[in-house]
Amino acid sequence: MAIPKVSGIETEYGIVVRNADLNAVTASSMLINAFLGRTETRTAWDFFDEQPGNDARGLLLGEILAPDIETHLVNTVLTNGARYYVDHAHPECSTPECRTTTETVLYDRAAEEIMRRSMQRAKALLPNDGEIVVYKNNSDGKGNSYGCHENFLVDRAVPFGRLVSQITPHFVTRQVFTGAGKVGCEAPGSVPGDIAYQLSQRADFFEEEVGLETTLKRPIVNTRDEPHCDPAKYRRLHVIVGDANMSEVATFLKVGTTAIVLSMIEDDALGNDLVLAHPVTAIRQVSNDPSLRTTIALANGKRLTALELQWELLDQARSWADRHGLDSVTVDDGKRILEEWENVLIGLERDPVSVANVVDWVAKKRLVDGYAERHLLQPTDVRLKAIDLQYSDLRADRSLASRCGLRTLVDHDAAVRAIEQPPETTRAYFRGTCLARFADDIVAANWDSIVFDVGRDPLRRVPMMEPLRGTKALTGDLLASCANAAELIARLSETAPT
Amino acid sequence: MAERTKKQRPTTPREQTSTTETEAAPAAENADRLKAELDGLLDEIDEVLETNAEDFVKSYVQKGGQ
Repeated sequence: MAIPKVSGIETEYGIVVRNADLNAVTASSMLINAFLGRTETRTAWDFFDEQPGNDARGLLLGEILAPDIETHLVNTVLTNGARYYVDHAHPECSTPECRTTTETVLYDRAAEEIMRRSMQRAKALLPNDGEIVVYKNNSDGKGNSYGCHENFLVDRAVPFGRLVSQITPHFVTRQVFTGAGKVGCEAPGSVPGDIAYQLSQRADFFEEEVGLETTLKRPIVNTRDEPHCDPAKYRRLHVIVGDANMSEVATFLKVGTTAIVLSMIEDDALGNDLVLAHPVTAIRQVSNDPSLRTTIALANGKRLTALELQWELLDQARSWADRHGLDSVTVDDGKRILEEWENVLIGLERDPVSVANVVDWVAKKRLVDGYAERHLLQPTDVRLKAIDLQYSDLRADRSLASRCGLRTLVDHDAAVRAIEQPPETTRAYFRGTCLARFADDIVAANWDSIVFDVGRDPLRRVPMMEPLRGTKALTGDLLASCANAAELIARLSETAPT
Repeated sequence: MAERTKKQRPTTPREQTSTTETEAAPAAENADRLKAELDGLLDEIDEVLETNAEDFVKSYVQKGGQ
């Protein structure tokens, strides 16, 4: 039976420094420090269990270069259970683990609010109109890409090879509603003018079907085997193929449909009918065709358009839901996901413009095409690329995405509350609440443990190997009844682990 | 593909060629509304788009990430 699809999103943001002499690492650090300046929490990240070089296919050491962990850079945990840090010269924010897609979207929006506050506070600190501007996109148009990764809790018992072949068709074709849109082309050997406009920010950067890399020769399915929880029971599928979305509905669809397809794979309800013949070729074919008419080759010799393949997945998802139920994604969320999924496919099939309020690539294309028509511009005119970049500018007074009528799912006040408050139905509740209550006694924290210093004893590491424990239901009373960290440690020693 | 009864897809416009006049009128209104909306949006872009687009795009260079 499919296990609960706990999920989260980690976003590396693009940054531009104006009127100040700061390199990208310093500017990223400044954003984080400026944000933290007004909060109590300054707890360091604990790197104890980080093993990004572990490969889900088994050990392949020597063949590839494991990602480095940059332990010297600013890196902190927030009271909402998120991680906010500098990664590869970008500010990055990872949402806390969430039980539902709706919550994952809420915390992705909270991350945007965190970036906005960071920008405002950094601006107040910089002299001479200095400013650090943050962009929620994935490429600079010059061949440099930075990621927006999704993470999903997956049953370790599922054979990894089957997981790879069966999830790949979804990753290749979900671009039709998850693509954030891009003016130009950055595929190796191409020049920007080769493709006027494409669906995805990221598709140009994928060169392998499966692998451990995240910064070079990126694979459609990433094999990093670093579960941040009990490795005997779980995998954390680290999805690097997605775009960062400005549309909340697109984020909801990106995470929700993937959670459902993964559940189907766990229940072995998705056969091999949709396995692709050439995924790397197909991901670019789909991205490069805003008409949505291109067909891609399946391993069984048939050809389907991305939309036809998505309809097949949705049909099979409904059939799976009838047989197995929607508990893995929660029933309420599951119904909404299936409904939004169907609506977006109907809209894209009828006329993509009809979903310009939901799909980022459509919303952006409408601006680009309209602007080109009004000013009689060539497709390669630099102003169209400026619109592409500025679509994802997170400053309220400059953002184009916030002006084009995207339908929202998250109440603004709820997003602001989620900057500080953790989700209540995962271990993020325990992490965030401990940080809010006992920050002075916490030496370090990470996804699966918190290290306390309560004075007289050696440092005490509290493990949190089960993502669905440490919830408010399980630990709310305990946390509320402890006056300090020493009391909490003493009480935990008497009871089962969180 | 899957050997089972496929759920009937909602009717698409391709299958709705006999659109009645009563349906056509709101569609035209809708198109006008969308056009007006887009015009307003493009006016706004003219106001907020980075003043020197060429410099902005040229200087938007990021270090590669994940």
